[in-house]
Amino acid sequence: MTTHYLVLSALLFAIGGVGVLVRRNAIVVFMCVELMLNACNLAFVTFARQNGSLDGQVIAFFVMIVAAAEVVIGLAIIVTIFRTRRSASVDDASLLKH
Amino acid sequence: MEAAEIASITQHSGGAIGAAWLMIALPLVGAAVLLLGGRRTDKFGHLLGVLMAVASFVVAALAFVQLLGFAPGERRRGVSLFEFIPGLVDKVGLLVDPLSISFCLLITGVGSLIHVYSIGYMAHDPNRRRFFAYLNLFVAAMLLLVLADNYLALFVGWEGVGLASYLLIGFWQHKPSAATAAKKAFIVNRVGDVGLLIAMFTIFATFHSLTFSGVLDRAGDASQGTLTAIGLLLLVGACGKSAQLPLQSWLLDAMEGPTPVSALIHAATMVTAGVYLIVRSGPIFEGTGTAQLVVTIVGVATLLAGAIIGTAKDDIKKALAGSTMSQIGYMVLAAGVGPAGYAFAIAHLITHGFFKADMFLGAGSVMHAMNDEVDMRKYGGLRKVMPITFATFLVGYLAIIGFPLLSGYFTKDGIIETAMEHSAVLGWLAVLGAGITGFYMSRLVFMTFFGKKRWDAKAHPHESPAVMTVPLLLLSIGSIALGAYLILGNRFMIFLSPAVGAPEHLPEFHPFSAPGLATLALVAIGAAFAWLRYGAAEVPATAPRGSFLTTFARRDLYGDALNEALFMRPGQWLTRLAVFFDNRGVDGLVNGLAASIGGSSGRLRRVQTGFVRSYALSIFVGAAVLVGAWFVVGNL
Repeated sequence: MTTHYLVLSALLFAIGGVGVLVRRNAIVVFMCVELMLNACNLAFVTFARQNGSLDGQVIAFFVMIVAAAEVVIGLAIIVTIFRTRRSASVDDASLLKH
Repeated sequence: MEAAEIASITQHSGGAIGAAWLMIALPLVGAAVLLLGGRRTDKFGHLLGVLMAVASFVVAALAFVQLLGFAPGERRRGVSLFEFIPGLVDKVGLLVDPLSISFCLLITGVGSLIHVYSIGYMAHDPNRRRFFAYLNLFVAAMLLLVLADNYLALFVGWEGVGLASYLLIGFWQHKPSAATAAKKAFIVNRVGDVGLLIAMFTIFATFHSLTFSGVLDRAGDASQGTLTAIGLLLLVGACGKSAQLPLQSWLLDAMEGPTPVSALIHAATMVTAGVYLIVRSGPIFEGTGTAQLVVTIVGVATLLAGAIIGTAKDDIKKALAGSTMSQIGYMVLAAGVGPAGYAFAIAHLITHGFFKADMFLGAGSVMHAMNDEVDMRKYGGLRKVMPITFATFLVGYLAIIGFPLLSGYFTKDGIIETAMEHSAVLGWLAVLGAGITGFYMSRLVFMTFFGKKRWDAKAHPHESPAVMTVPLLLLSIGSIALGAYLILGNRFMIFLSPAVGAPEHLPEFHPFSAPGLATLALVAIGAAFAWLRYGAAEVPATAPRGSFLTTFARRDLYGDALNEALFMRPGQWLTRLAVFFDNRGVDGLVNGLAASIGGSSGRLRRVQTGFVRSYALSIFVGAAVLVGAWFVVGNL
């Protein structure tokens, strides 16, 4: 019964991963990261249900909180970069290689 | 009279002897005020300098009078100053005894006269205050050297006079020759100092003490070999300071300093410190015949070498410097003979201090009148324009060649007689040296004061002011009378005996002994020869080429060439080798390492592309590999 949830979780994770790798727009990349995090959450909740314990659900909450904090900081960085460089492409933000 | 032993030291406090530290402190304060006070003290600097030197002389004279009040056996007074490192030198103190007080009177007395003379000589120098500060520093250090009651404090004074000598030789440091000469004197002196230091180490290892009383009273306990080693090392120190062979080369160049410096430091006092060291360490040398033999050989070799150099110099100061070397050679010779010679060595040292300072200051007076010309070939006929300088110089000249009844006659004759009794060879070589002295000093006097005028067109010689001539007159009085006073009736030998001991039989003065007559005859021949060559005959304006012997003497017996070939060139090769090794070896290794790390880092840096997505890909690939590996391992 829980197999469907796990397959969905794997699919969402794969979509998110591919999005991170192929998209240039930082906002979209960011959304894909969120997708991957939520795919993990789904897997955690599924396993919690399957094993009859609350551990997975608790970890899912932690992940949400971390994701919320990450969104705040990540968006702030993206907006700042966009303001100074007029670009939201992750390929343009490559100055640190020098 | 019995052979006099060295008296033991009585502790003393109070009176002028108790205040002996003032002798050192006064000029030291003078130097400190003048150096720290800077230009503010320019106006009165020279007066303060003279005042401090004279005050020091007054203390010395009072201490001398107080010392004479004690019985001869109690004339070694120790004055303790402060506690020092226990076990090394428990208490640092001063030793006021007949030997040290004789030096104090010479240093402060002649020193004061030279201070006064310098007021006139340095009148037009903008740095006169600094000059007096250094002179005061010198006097303080020299007094510490002779008053110290242990080798450690002696060494402090020893280095102090070396420093003052360096500063004063290079006083006109804008002249490259003066700066070089100062460095040369400093370096050659360091060679001697190393000898003295190792001697002190050996003394401490042997006797577990550095005080004179702790070392010299027990000198007999040490083995012959140890005493010889200490003696020879002390001799190395003495050679450096007193410009004896083979460390003589700095003294001639030291004449680059102002003339009062040449008179005070490089004729009357500092260069005689080596003689003081040998006489003070007498019990060590008396315990070892080898060291004494080497001392006498060094003395004789130097007295001949100095005299030969003196014959060829046209520079009046360098001729006098050769003469100083030679006269100190006499003193070292006498000091090497043992108790029979100590009194003559010190007596000659004192009379030499007077007549050589007299002549140096006279030479300074001549230079002052001749626009600082030092070439004697451009002098001539000066006796008429500078009568006082001429008269005082003549007294010094007659004293140094040993003209009967003047100071040098008694003291040098005493040395020759003592050396003759010790060893006929040494004695006759000393007589020969006296003959050469007669020649080169006569040459100097004839070229300077007699003959035709060979002056430069611009020179207008004149007699020096009274501030310069009065010290000359006072010094020439000492040059006339002091020798007879000290030597006749063995007055000085008896006075010194509590400090240095005395021979079993006091010598008697023979006015017509064979060596004495031979000396007089040789001196007369030398003087007559000089008159023929330089008095009666025309002196050419440029020096003739002369034979290879003349060149030999002019080049300071190739002393500098020898040092250059033996030490300087190999030293330069060594430094070049070290620089090469440093540049190619050490630097190559370090630079190569840095370059290789830098290069590989540059290559490694390319990995960082700056593309976030490629980093993400590597993370994914890595994670996939890990998960794959886990599956594989888990399924095994």
